[in-house]
Amino acid sequence: MDFASSFALVAPELLLTSAGLALLMVAAWGGDKAARVVAILAAGALFAAGLMLVPGLHFGTDGPATHAFGGLLKIDSFALFAKALIYLSAIAALMVAPAFFAGAAAGIERGMRAEYPVLVIFAAVGMSIMVSANDFMSLYLGLELNSLSAYVLAAILRRDTRSGEAGLKYFVLGALASGILLYGMSLLYGFTGGTSFEAVRIGLTGEMGTGALLGVIFVLSGLAFKISAVPFHMWTPDVYEGAPTPVTAFFATAPKVAAVALTARVVFEVFGGQVAAWQQIVMFMALASIVFGALGAIGQENLKRLLAYSSINNIGFILLGLAVANVDGASAMLVYLFIYVAMSIGSFVALLMLRGEDGALFETFADIRGLSVTRPAIAWALLIFMFSLAGIPPLLGFYSKFVVFQATIEAGLVAFGAIAIAASVIGAFYYIKFVKVMFFDEPAGVVTGKSEAGHWVMLGLTALIISPLGYLLTPSLTDLADKAARSLFIVSV
Amino acid sequence: MEGLPILSLMMLVPLAGAAACLFSGAAAARWIALGATLVTFALGVALWSNYQIGGPQWQFTERADLFAGFSYALGIDGIALLLIMLSVFLMPVCILASWESVTKRVGEYMAAFLFMEVLMIGTFAAQDLFLFYVFFEAGLIPMYLIIGVWGGDNRIYASYKFFLYTLLGSVLMLIAMFWMVAEAGTSDIPTLMQYNFPAEAQTWLWLAFFASFAVKVPMWPLHTWLPDAHVQAPTAGSVILAGVLLKLGGYGFIRFSLPMFPEASAQFAWLVFTLSMIAVVYTSLVALVQADMKKLIAYSSVAHMAIVTVGLFAFNVQGLEGAMIVMLSHGLVSGALFLCVGVIYDRLHTREIARYGGLAINMPYYALFFLLFTMASIGLPGTSGFVGEFLSLAGIYQTSSLVALICTTGIILGAAYMLYLYRRVAFGGQVNEDAAAMRDITAREWILMAPIAAAVLWMGVYPESFLAPMRADIAVLDARLAAAALAGDAQLAPGTPRADAANAMPHHESLEHDSAKEGAH
Repeated sequence: MDFASSFALVAPELLLTSAGLALLMVAAWGGDKAARVVAILAAGALFAAGLMLVPGLHFGTDGPATHAFGGLLKIDSFALFAKALIYLSAIAALMVAPAFFAGAAAGIERGMRAEYPVLVIFAAVGMSIMVSANDFMSLYLGLELNSLSAYVLAAILRRDTRSGEAGLKYFVLGALASGILLYGMSLLYGFTGGTSFEAVRIGLTGEMGTGALLGVIFVLSGLAFKISAVPFHMWTPDVYEGAPTPVTAFFATAPKVAAVALTARVVFEVFGGQVAAWQQIVMFMALASIVFGALGAIGQENLKRLLAYSSINNIGFILLGLAVANVDGASAMLVYLFIYVAMSIGSFVALLMLRGEDGALFETFADIRGLSVTRPAIAWALLIFMFSLAGIPPLLGFYSKFVVFQATIEAGLVAFGAIAIAASVIGAFYYIKFVKVMFFDEPAGVVTGKSEAGHWVMLGLTALIISPLGYLLTPSLTDLADKAARSLFIVSV
Repeated sequence: MEGLPILSLMMLVPLAGAAACLFSGAAAARWIALGATLVTFALGVALWSNYQIGGPQWQFTERADLFAGFSYALGIDGIALLLIMLSVFLMPVCILASWESVTKRVGEYMAAFLFMEVLMIGTFAAQDLFLFYVFFEAGLIPMYLIIGVWGGDNRIYASYKFFLYTLLGSVLMLIAMFWMVAEAGTSDIPTLMQYNFPAEAQTWLWLAFFASFAVKVPMWPLHTWLPDAHVQAPTAGSVILAGVLLKLGGYGFIRFSLPMFPEASAQFAWLVFTLSMIAVVYTSLVALVQADMKKLIAYSSVAHMAIVTVGLFAFNVQGLEGAMIVMLSHGLVSGALFLCVGVIYDRLHTREIARYGGLAINMPYYALFFLLFTMASIGLPGTSGFVGEFLSLAGIYQTSSLVALICTTGIILGAAYMLYLYRRVAFGGQVNEDAAAMRDITAREWILMAPIAAAVLWMGVYPESFLAPMRADIAVLDARLAAAALAGDAQLAPGTPRADAANAMPHHESLEHDSAKEGAH
């Protein structure tokens, strides 16, 4: 085993791990006063790790040269694409945090805790391992590293009962899901005699027994929990509502990307020979997520809860790309992920900017009434995000639906696509409710507080990406996604 | 003008205007918007004068591969040219119509209208299937805002209904578009217009496109969003809605449904006929009992658009040309009628018919314009309405005399409800004092009405100007439809014409000859 080449392949993870450990020391001795410095350094480390991905992303890497540690990890284009998105989301979660924790919304504990950036870094390392896993052992390792960091992040406001409740719910249900996943993995191990993806794939060829099929179902169920696809979605609204908003923004983006990428890798590389076994499961989850995500959101008054349902709805469309089970579908899924991340970060940043005079955070429909009069810039940005989430052209959200449905129809799943797109109209109902409340109603006049420059930058940047100008990005985005998707379908011999 | 990307320019000018309006004050925004729309109109005039009648089918083509998945391809034929002209002609009128009546959030209002104009031009000029969809669908955003922010009391309900109805229709069309592009391997509209899709697939594709266009037209029973949206929209919003947005549905049929799926169109012609016949009779009767002026005109729009769909599915040249002229005429006339309502609404702030009366006494010029547009709406010869309805009905008569018979009652019913409206508003005694005290139209309102009146008369007296640009395109479409054309139920047997007229006098010719000789002396 050549460790030098393996270490070179996981250089970003090594950098992040050592940065995380070093910053943990800084946090331990510097205390919460050092939180801001730690956050900046952590963002810097993530950015540096992201830069390391660029050459591989640009030229595309596949094949045996990407295997590290004897095949435990596989750092191909697909993993690089997912990692880039994860690091970007993590940087965003770090950038928006300090202003939030400094404000009254953070409750009695004013100021950011120094652990926050460190936990984000460890979660990012966990997710990196998840997306490059090539063995069920490394998969589980990455998943748990990410999940444990996430549980703590959800409960980081220790004296806020909602935050604590969110952390506890996330932990209990997350542990259950991990159990289901482990059980499925053990079944697969029992029926195929291996834990590496390749071994399981070979073991699954030919007629599949009931035991192996159960293994597939259990593994998919465990993963469905992590991506909060219906019917394993019920934790999402509670956790999203209870967790501090920057953490929610983080949960809605990076772990979603990692879990979706992981699911894609598992279904294509492990269950790739048994498409019939998983395709209908994914199809069901996709349709159910689209419909229930949309229906669940209709009655919501709390904006964070609504965005939680919206993320369930979006996961449905992402799974639609997965259900197509070919390169185009996988590529469409990755394009969708990118655009989804931009829209989610943008919407959550906009929510973070809805502050009162004393810095208290607003998060219900009643508070944003007539926002277009009092804070037009935020209102217009939210309008862009909402119409984009509803998939109305010429905003970039339309393009994400465009590629996914195009892949669906080209693969011949016409009825499936037609049902899904008709269901997407239900979702439009609550997205335009946002616009109605902000633009048509009389101003409530409570959102009066100043917003931080960092928030404005993030808001402007994401709004620019989502605006029609974002279409100019599509050729290069599609190119990268194609490269990444193709590397999924190279079956190493 | 060779090489100048005039279509892109026509979209760029209002787009820049929209951006400028967003960031300027009320007074500046009005002038910017007016300037931008007038420049666009001037460009439109240049477009028309440079359009070569009898030249290549697609002119002013532009193509650039800006996006992944589809390309930025523009180009127009005669049909698109006329509809673009209608849009750019109505746009300055809309801006002027809202000059005084819109006082809140003027910058955003003007920006929404200019953005609308960009999208409408884009929809008619798009030569890529997906680019068309982007423009077609994006119109939802500004229209939703226009109805919702600047509309009347029940605007929220109307804006939701408008948005969700049209969205549901369009997404099914998007699925059909994906299938077509996967099948034909190109998203180029001119190519697809000549592509022969398998007959059984055409059925589904036609239905998917129908779902979208039937909502936009709107056809009975999918029309219920229209009266709500019209009543709640501000005057200029109604003008654009009736003048141009409804034409998107008709344009969709003529550009997509008919040439791309001729067999399915023939197969479903009965459906279109049935819905149109119901629409003509039913919505005319509904219009007759309306107490709200805008609602009345909105229902009359549904009836007129039914004449359009009937003409389109007649599968012959008269029907197609008639449908196009009805669309243009209805765009002008119903727009003008909404302006007429707007003029008195601005003065009295009610659309209730019973609140007016005897306006011919204190507002004679207004009554004159209102009368002209009322007559044009009925289809009086000499106005644009007559030309279109006559051609449409003549076209459908060749295909089905029953449909022609029932649709012609629409003309009679149209006369009934329009004249009844006019009588109650303009004639009779001055029962309401405040209505009697209203002053006649101002110079600004003159500027609004006079050009439309001139265009209505021009189209009525010399329709050739409007028929000529699209004649070749209609002929191409007719040739494409010929194989699938419906067998008409009117079995026209050409007779043998006599050599002389029955009352010809044998010496007539020589007599005249003689008198000419005498004159020469």
